[in-house]
Amino acid sequence: MDWGTLQAVLGGVNKHSTSIGKIWLTVLFIFRIMILVVAAERVWGDEQQDFVCNTLQPGCKNVCYDHFFPISHIRLWALQLIFVSTPALLVAMHVAYTRHEKKRRFRNGEKIDIEELKNVKFHIRGPLWWTYTSSIFFRIVFEAVFMYVFYYMYDGYQMPRLVKCEAWPCPNTVDCFVSRPTEKTTFTIFMLAVSGICMMLNLAELCYLVIKICMKEPRKTT
Amino acid sequence: MDWGALHTILGGVNKHSTSIGKIWLTVLFIFRIMILVVAAERVWGDEQDDFVCNTLQPGCKNVCYDHFFPISHIRLWALQLIFVSTPALLVAMHVAYRRHEKKRQFRKGDQKCEFKDIEEIRKQRFRIEGSLWWTYTSSIFFRLIFEAVFMYAFYFMYDGFRMPRLMKCNAWPCPNTVDCFVSRPTEKTVFTIFMIAVSSICILLNVAELCYLLTKFFLRRSKKAGNSKQQPNHENKEETKQNEMNELISDSCQNTVIGFSS
Repeated sequence: MDWGTLQAVLGGVNKHSTSIGKIWLTVLFIFRIMILVVAAERVWGDEQQDFVCNTLQPGCKNVCYDHFFPISHIRLWALQLIFVSTPALLVAMHVAYTRHEKKRRFRNGEKIDIEELKNVKFHIRGPLWWTYTSSIFFRIVFEAVFMYVFYYMYDGYQMPRLVKCEAWPCPNTVDCFVSRPTEKTTFTIFMLAVSGICMMLNLAELCYLVIKICMKEPRKTT
Repeated sequence: MDWGALHTILGGVNKHSTSIGKIWLTVLFIFRIMILVVAAERVWGDEQDDFVCNTLQPGCKNVCYDHFFPISHIRLWALQLIFVSTPALLVAMHVAYRRHEKKRQFRKGDQKCEFKDIEEIRKQRFRIEGSLWWTYTSSIFFRLIFEAVFMYAFYFMYDGFRMPRLMKCNAWPCPNTVDCFVSRPTEKTVFTIFMIAVSSICILLNVAELCYLLTKFFLRRSKKAGNSKQQPNHENKEETKQNEMNELISDSCQNTVIGFSS
């Protein structure tokens, strides 16, 4: 059970997305998940081993590392990607429920074409529009929350070379040096940029859906 | 044999679950197993390497680590997820047994058997009623028991759900009392709380599913009492229609919902 399985799960949902939604999914998989797996995880792989403190005091390095990196970037990104992907499952559940209802109506004797039921692609209107729009809204909220959490936890997006630590049992103030700070800063900014692009795509999709529904309303009334 | 294989096995069971059961399975795979594999295992990866004790005494670190972490969180979670997933196999076995019986009927050339070929029997989706209802309900009951037992085991073994930074150890051969420092305590606390929260959500889903099944059972009973005059032919036709629809729906559902491959 890994990122590949998530891709299989979300691939099924893709069928009912708008074009912007499909682009968003591609960006998510190629520029975020793939980058995370093939590159970022190696960069952060030795983050604690090569976190070096200028002291012989046992336990000081552990405590300082824990103080400055309460949750590692990699774990935060993994959580962000999982949370951002899962609202799409709301849409999948809605589609499954709609199919279940049609099946019940068929069972009760209503005339529904079996072939149509098998191959139907649901258009995004009615209650499905609301589900789809809420899923995009939740995506945007999760993206924003995680971007803020990053900013708040790490005081910006730059990884410093040196951190000064005074937590017990470190004697007085101890200099601790972070492993690969420049590479980490580069990847943090890259992931932030792609996160920004994904948010733009979600906003564009939201606007598109809202405009679509607004254009349909005047046609109905005329 | 790894989590992927479990995913394949349980995906097959998914076809016969209720909607709440399907949601439960999704939560299990995405928010528990996936988090365990892609995140939690890395966090706990260096738990013994970076467990540092303030002493030069050989063996002291080993003994203290063993004393404070009798079973690692990761292993407990893996055991929990396996135990919690396996009651679903009771349902799979029951379904397989029913299919086997129908195949036997078909081979004997039984007139009552409504299927045209073996393929239809293989693809049939059974409704949760009769003995299958009892099997399904017991499986949910066992899931609840296992979840609760493991949550209690965590709480009991680690004195709560928080990972301390410092542990004071005086097991032999450590001289007097030695300070030992845990690796990544904050990150571990965050993930422990996350896994506990998702575990609780799963318990709630199981309770909801149990209530749903009980309600359905009592409703069906009262319907049967009211409809006892219905003719047997009509029931057979309904069942055939139902089975056809179930086939089609389960085929189309496989492409849509959770994408579990059977």
